[in-house]
Amino acid sequence: MQQHAMMDVFNITALDYASAGDASATIKRKLKQLGIDSTVLRRIAVASYEAELNLIIHSMGGTLTLSITTTEIKLVSRDVGPGIPDIERALQEGYSTANAEARNMGFGAGMGLPNMRRNADDFTIESEMGKGTQIQMRFAI
Amino acid sequence: MEERRYHSVRLDKEKCKGCTNCLKRCPTEAIRVRGGRAHIIDERCIDCGECIRVCEFHAKYAQTDPLATINRFKYKIALPAPSLYGQFKHVASVGQILEGLLKMGFDDVFEVAAGADIVTRAIRERMRNMTPDQYPLISSACPAITRLIQVRFPELLPHIVDIRQPMEVAAMIAKREFCQARDVDESEVGCFFITPCAAKMTAVRNPIGHEKSAVDGAISMLEIYGLLAGLLKKHSADVNLSRATSFGVGWANNGGETLSVSPENSMAVDGIENVIRVLEEIENNKLRDLVFFEGAACIGGCVGGPLTFENGYIARNSIRTLMKSADVRHPDDAVKTSYLTKYALHTTQRITPNSAMKLDDDIAEAMRKMELMEQIEKSLPGYDCGSCGSPTCRTFAEDIVRGHADKMDCIHILKDQLKIMAQRMVELAKTTRE
Repeated sequence: MQQHAMMDVFNITALDYASAGDASATIKRKLKQLGIDSTVLRRIAVASYEAELNLIIHSMGGTLTLSITTTEIKLVSRDVGPGIPDIERALQEGYSTANAEARNMGFGAGMGLPNMRRNADDFTIESEMGKGTQIQMRFAI
Repeated sequence: MEERRYHSVRLDKEKCKGCTNCLKRCPTEAIRVRGGRAHIIDERCIDCGECIRVCEFHAKYAQTDPLATINRFKYKIALPAPSLYGQFKHVASVGQILEGLLKMGFDDVFEVAAGADIVTRAIRERMRNMTPDQYPLISSACPAITRLIQVRFPELLPHIVDIRQPMEVAAMIAKREFCQARDVDESEVGCFFITPCAAKMTAVRNPIGHEKSAVDGAISMLEIYGLLAGLLKKHSADVNLSRATSFGVGWANNGGETLSVSPENSMAVDGIENVIRVLEEIENNKLRDLVFFEGAACIGGCVGGPLTFENGYIARNSIRTLMKSADVRHPDDAVKTSYLTKYALHTTQRITPNSAMKLDDDIAEAMRKMELMEQIEKSLPGYDCGSCGSPTCRTFAEDIVRGHADKMDCIHILKDQLKIMAQRMVELAKTTRE
């Protein structure tokens, strides 16, 4: 059955702290207008914010893609590098490679990826050094 | 169709000039200007009173109960909001103001600040059984903020304090104690809240979290200000009616509740736009260590309410001074445990989301509408000028999709259209001449 679908791509610039949270705020607003259940919305809000911030703090820039169908919401984060050397470690709570600048701004608690994994119904991450990282998150609605 | 919601915030059509001041300031995008007059969308209005504050023509007002309504009851009890204490200069103690209320015609007074003391203890008891995943607890003291959360942050609703507001607790206790002391029936006693804002008036008529309010009416501070100020002069020093602690009195100022309930890892924010910004952070799970959040729609807290007389900053200082004259014990020590066991302090109904922002009940239809909306938005100039009567180009696009506006309501699009038409007229004139 062909489902009705929507897609939005948000460009995220590396180190652009001034725009931090804009993409996830837009995502939240849209989902509220679509009437997505508030508990699911909270999980997506947390995951999209973490994904957006990770792109700003750690990546060399990338995109956050929101896809909505009548049964699920998908968030995909793609960046152009540098890649994560040790994914298992990056997924551990409290492990962070954020620099002093980011930590001073209150980031770098080492909860980014763990929060994304915890909140998504389905979470996959692939990373290649020098190429980039792709994270896919699925939320059933 | 849902029954029309009660709102204290009203529009005086005669005074409205149809400008964009209130339109741009409404935090829930609940105002539209149509036909040269503002209209309030009932489903979205949270009675915060921002529009009352910004309207220079005084076309927005708060409907409250006139003082004369107290005469509906044989016995009348005044429930002064703590912010009332900040309205007067040169007042030595809270008791002086309470005495003034008796002179005004009330048979008894019960301070809402004393209700706040009891609520403080109840919230602290409640917090003992909380697990970190339930944090932060969000204050329910400002009804405009609770309604804001219903409209804009529904996922945070489970965090809202499930204990009734100080005004409700004060009314319950005041009524019962008065009836026991005087041996009269509760139906003969009316409790009237002296309110600094429209939001509390709405909360009396249309409570959140429980069915019926124990408060029988809300009287605007502005209405009684002059009368009460005149009665304060004749003060007899031997009577002391005040029973609230300095913590309860402090609830008048933003941060007062936080100081009483949980001074550690807590945050008090005032001004509805600031509250929205912090709620966004909480929503993003950014404030992980936060235990308690107090948000007030008005700058400075209740002392900044739209129905207050005194400048909010001056009132804030007056409150600080009066706090020194009150009982300095913490509510944990000052409030009798029997108040927590004898009265139904907890709310009884779950606070449900307000879906007024939702485009459609059917998600597929909502998605279609959103796509159409975004398509329209792209063709709009993006000035957010408000000339069309909607607060932003985005809401204008939404209004078109909902069938409440027409694209030609945009003066910029209309101008372009007219230019094209004028061009065509010229061309047409040319061709007919030949």
